[in-house]
Amino acid sequence: MNNLLIWPVIMPLIAGLIFILFRNHIRLQRIISLIVMVLVSGISIIIIGQIKNNGIQTLQLGGWQAPYGIGLVGDMFSMLLVLTSSIVSLCCLLFSFKTIGQGREKHYFYSLFLFLITGVNGSFLTGDLFNLYVFFEILLLASYVLVSLGGGKLQLRETMKYVIINVLSSAFFLIGIAYIYSLTGTLNLAHISVRIAEAGQDGFITTVALLFLLVFGIKAGLFLFYWLPGSYQVPPAAISALFAALLTKVGIYAIIRMFTLVFYHEPEITHTMIGVLAALTMILGGIGAIGYWDISRILTYNVIIGSGFILAGLATFTSFGLLGTVYYLVHDMITKALIFLIAGVIIYLTGTRNIKEMSGLIRNHPYLGWMFFIAALALIGIPPLSGFIGKVFITRGSFEAEYYWLGAIGLITSLMILYSLMKIFMNVFWGETILSEDEEKGSTKGLILPLVLLTALTIALGIGPEWIHSYVEIAVDGLMDPEVYIEAVFAGNDIP
Amino acid sequence: MKPEPNDVILHTVTKIASIIIFTFSIDLFWAGHHYPGGGFIGGLTTAAGIVLLYLSFDIEKIRKNLPIDYKKMAALGVLISVFTGLVGMIYGDNFLEQAFGYFNLPVFGKTELATAVLFDIGVALAVIGTAVTIITSISEDEL
Repeated sequence: MNNLLIWPVIMPLIAGLIFILFRNHIRLQRIISLIVMVLVSGISIIIIGQIKNNGIQTLQLGGWQAPYGIGLVGDMFSMLLVLTSSIVSLCCLLFSFKTIGQGREKHYFYSLFLFLITGVNGSFLTGDLFNLYVFFEILLLASYVLVSLGGGKLQLRETMKYVIINVLSSAFFLIGIAYIYSLTGTLNLAHISVRIAEAGQDGFITTVALLFLLVFGIKAGLFLFYWLPGSYQVPPAAISALFAALLTKVGIYAIIRMFTLVFYHEPEITHTMIGVLAALTMILGGIGAIGYWDISRILTYNVIIGSGFILAGLATFTSFGLLGTVYYLVHDMITKALIFLIAGVIIYLTGTRNIKEMSGLIRNHPYLGWMFFIAALALIGIPPLSGFIGKVFITRGSFEAEYYWLGAIGLITSLMILYSLMKIFMNVFWGETILSEDEEKGSTKGLILPLVLLTALTIALGIGPEWIHSYVEIAVDGLMDPEVYIEAVFAGNDIP
Repeated sequence: MKPEPNDVILHTVTKIASIIIFTFSIDLFWAGHHYPGGGFIGGLTTAAGIVLLYLSFDIEKIRKNLPIDYKKMAALGVLISVFTGLVGMIYGDNFLEQAFGYFNLPVFGKTELATAVLFDIGVALAVIGTAVTIITSISEDEL
């Protein structure tokens, strides 16, 4: 039992609720939300230390022991993601202070932001399938409002698509939960894992597994991503960066959790399927990224490529592949937030999304240009930046598992990312400076700090992977061996 | 200007029915710990009573007599529930751990008192706040 685990979930919740009571105190809301995000990051670091020393931490809510109660389980994998998402959302929050505008701030922007974090952290931490659904709904409800807040015509159109596709996938999620409950008689993830291991994963359970793959695949932007580019580009930069960094990652987390803890008995079917979907996602995302001249669209297609690449690591189902997955997941959250925020600044400065209408920004904004360059190199996977180590491990894992085609597609899409990002870099930053500083639509004042923070993190992750390697290794050991997770949840009690 | 509607029957029935509904919802709320009932359906029945008032009288009149911001009520409800969960942690128990005891009260005799009731009050407030907010914001389109 470790009560610290509940804080990353309820601290944003409490703050968000208080903001509803004090709707017009914007300054207070800004300060409190910053403090909350800093505290959540600090608490995650403490919990990570505890996991390293004492193994997986659990909290059985209300004192009801597993499998009867509903518990939180913090293993290294989920806590690394909680920590990364807290830092990333801290940066998005800093960025939003200057850019989000008073209208949104008065309409509960900070409450919704923190509710979204509640949902994200809850999904990472919960040890119960139905609670996973509940936390998914919390983050989705907050994201529905965040996408539509401000209510331009374009925004409302994309919100409709986003809401409909997500309601549909949530319905499938519930159906899947019902199947699982009728098959195993439990919703505790560890208990489901035990029951399925006892009874064997027959064809029916594998079908249910594929249903879950469909559900989480929609949320993760895996293959069924057609809703994603639209709805991620309409909200303001701070929100779309948050979405790009966190929302698809929650879906990816759920896929990784389900297919390493519960449905790991038939990898020839399920994991091959994930591999095929990941390959298709990477190819289609790559084509999208190459084809467009709209900066937000190019970047949203990069989100899709990222999802495909991360899940390629899971598909190999080797410890190298999963090591790469964890590294790349952490890297992708940080770098995607960074590059979306930079794109936000670019759009803010030039007042257009079309990269053909931009030129020569580097003369007036050298820092912006170089940070974009660093983020781009990190996304492509150039050493010594953060994307490199993840790419190496995932590629090695795919060759080890003899998925040569998957590794090859991963490398080819890296070239596609290279082309799409260099296209942005050359068009936006090189060339003749057509905008003098007076003609710019906005200023970068106060926006550089979060960008510098994220850039520093990208470089630090790339230069010093050995600092976090022992943590990532613990995470991967936990993923490869479900017994560890199950033992921690039941804590020596009899498994009924 | 619409003609004044003749709704004496509706008003009279509403006045009596809403009292019955509110009483019943309180009964449902208290039944919650051991019998079917509780904060959720208690709150939902209360919300139904409030909506009935809105329907038969007009929104402005009810707002004047029941000046409650239901959005804040919902937030307050969830806050109460979360904070009752935190109380257990002060005593070194798990989050959401509840306590109960038997007390001899003057009128009721031996009575069971449980901290879960506080949690339920929060749930009830949240449900009332959310349900009434949803219904009034849907109806606002036609005003």
